[in-house]
Amino acid sequence: MPTFNLLSDIATYCAEKNCSIPDAMLDYELAQGRSSREAILAMLDKTLAVMEQAVEQGLTQLMLTKSGMLKNWAKTVFEAKVSTLGLPLQKAVARALAVSEVNACMGKIVAAPTAGSSGIMPATLVTMREEHQIPREKLIEGLLVSASVGLIFAKNSSFAGSEAGCMGETGSAAAMAASTIVYLLGGTIEQTFEAAGIALKGAMGLVCDPVAGLVEEPCAVRNAIGVANAFTSAQIALAGVKSLIPPDEVIFATKEVGELMSPRLKESALGGLANAKTAREIQKKVFRSDDVKLIGE
Amino acid sequence: MNTPEPSLFDILGPIMIGPSSSHTAGASRIGFIARRLLGESPRRAVITLYNSFARTHKGHGTDCAIIGGILGFAPDDERIKDAFDIARSKGLDWQFKFQGDAERFHSNAARLQLFGENHKIEIVGASLGGGRIKIEEIEGFAVEFTAQLDTLIVIAEDVPGSIQRISGIIAERKVNIAQMFVSRNKNQKPPMASMVMELDNPLPPSCVSAVGALGWVKFARLIESIQEGSSMYEK
Repeated sequence: MPTFNLLSDIATYCAEKNCSIPDAMLDYELAQGRSSREAILAMLDKTLAVMEQAVEQGLTQLMLTKSGMLKNWAKTVFEAKVSTLGLPLQKAVARALAVSEVNACMGKIVAAPTAGSSGIMPATLVTMREEHQIPREKLIEGLLVSASVGLIFAKNSSFAGSEAGCMGETGSAAAMAASTIVYLLGGTIEQTFEAAGIALKGAMGLVCDPVAGLVEEPCAVRNAIGVANAFTSAQIALAGVKSLIPPDEVIFATKEVGELMSPRLKESALGGLANAKTAREIQKKVFRSDDVKLIGE
Repeated sequence: MNTPEPSLFDILGPIMIGPSSSHTAGASRIGFIARRLLGESPRRAVITLYNSFARTHKGHGTDCAIIGGILGFAPDDERIKDAFDIARSKGLDWQFKFQGDAERFHSNAARLQLFGENHKIEIVGASLGGGRIKIEEIEGFAVEFTAQLDTLIVIAEDVPGSIQRISGIIAERKVNIAQMFVSRNKNQKPPMASMVMELDNPLPPSCVSAVGALGWVKFARLIESIQEGSSMYEK
């Protein structure tokens, strides 16, 4: 049974079996004995469908959160007349915002890896589908590649905002997405994992400081920036530029950095943006709610 | 039991209604389990949110998600968003209470009291992150289960040999008990006990009724495993 604790374990397995990363991940999942190949592929297909649907929903339906903090940002960006680096990036960014808004508006998403970072993988896959005409079976292989990176990250660091800040959420999602892009564009296994390391370097130390404690601001924009990080990192890795620090060591570093970060900057909404003057005002307004009377207060 | 290796769907998942796996997905799951324990349509619900749930429920839709769960919606059911409206149309009467400083309970915990036509049930559940939950109290008994496996819940008079008798009925069906949690209350008259049995394989409904039919058993319910909508990782 394959046991993968490091990205290098997966790379070694692929080399020994002469197989791809998606093959290795299917072997891994099958070895757990939970489900059949068909069931796993069906679940991946469903996962992709939910992601695609969330992108669509966020770009077409009214997206206004109860707190009033997010309002149709995805559509606004998608339809903007000025593009900084061309339509593909503009759309990718809008798609990430779209899913973040769907999540904040109590819509259906895939925690990939978390609900707070749920915009990055869908935006990446839909963008790859649109810009590179990647067929569905291939996108599903892309999901398996993303899961390989997520698995190793989860084993050696943490997805929890309360442990690793936003680095653990949008950082890990960007790493997963960067690897997916490299794989889908025909990069080598080494380049695929290299992209994850580069993306994590870009997210190192990113704090989780949600305004009013809600998964809205700055979460949505960090999803958008996470997609840009993924495409940037994939670009570097695909060119064959190697990071000095191997990706497994970058993951170890995220764990250390997470531990060094103050709890005030890890989901507690006590520091950073959450503690900005305007954030405190918003918080008061959102929770003004006279109908909530705590017992004993 | 060996800790299993994570599934790929612990990474890519759960598929859920946003915005928060702990405050929304986990919350709806607690409601869902309470509904299953009640075993009929609830008419009235009294929900107490504790600690972080009490303070932040509004922004995360925790209240809405719990009502959705009580209506029988799974954590990825898009009707959760409209749970209040649907509950109203079904004639469910509900009330929320909030306690911000309940140190006895997990930081994301809720007490649910459900009343149906014939039954009532009271549970306390905690949301652990990633959509996973733990039920900590049923009808005043301390319990512990996660509903990741099929789980049989029995509340019965604390008569000698009761555990043996019930596990015997289960064993006859060739079902294996993975874990069992017994809690007793000697102060009740007659003394009562709760038994929570997590099972390795599906238990036929006839078995649950056989347990329920025992004279000294007050309550027997099977909670079928709910693996969808949760990840083993804290998210």
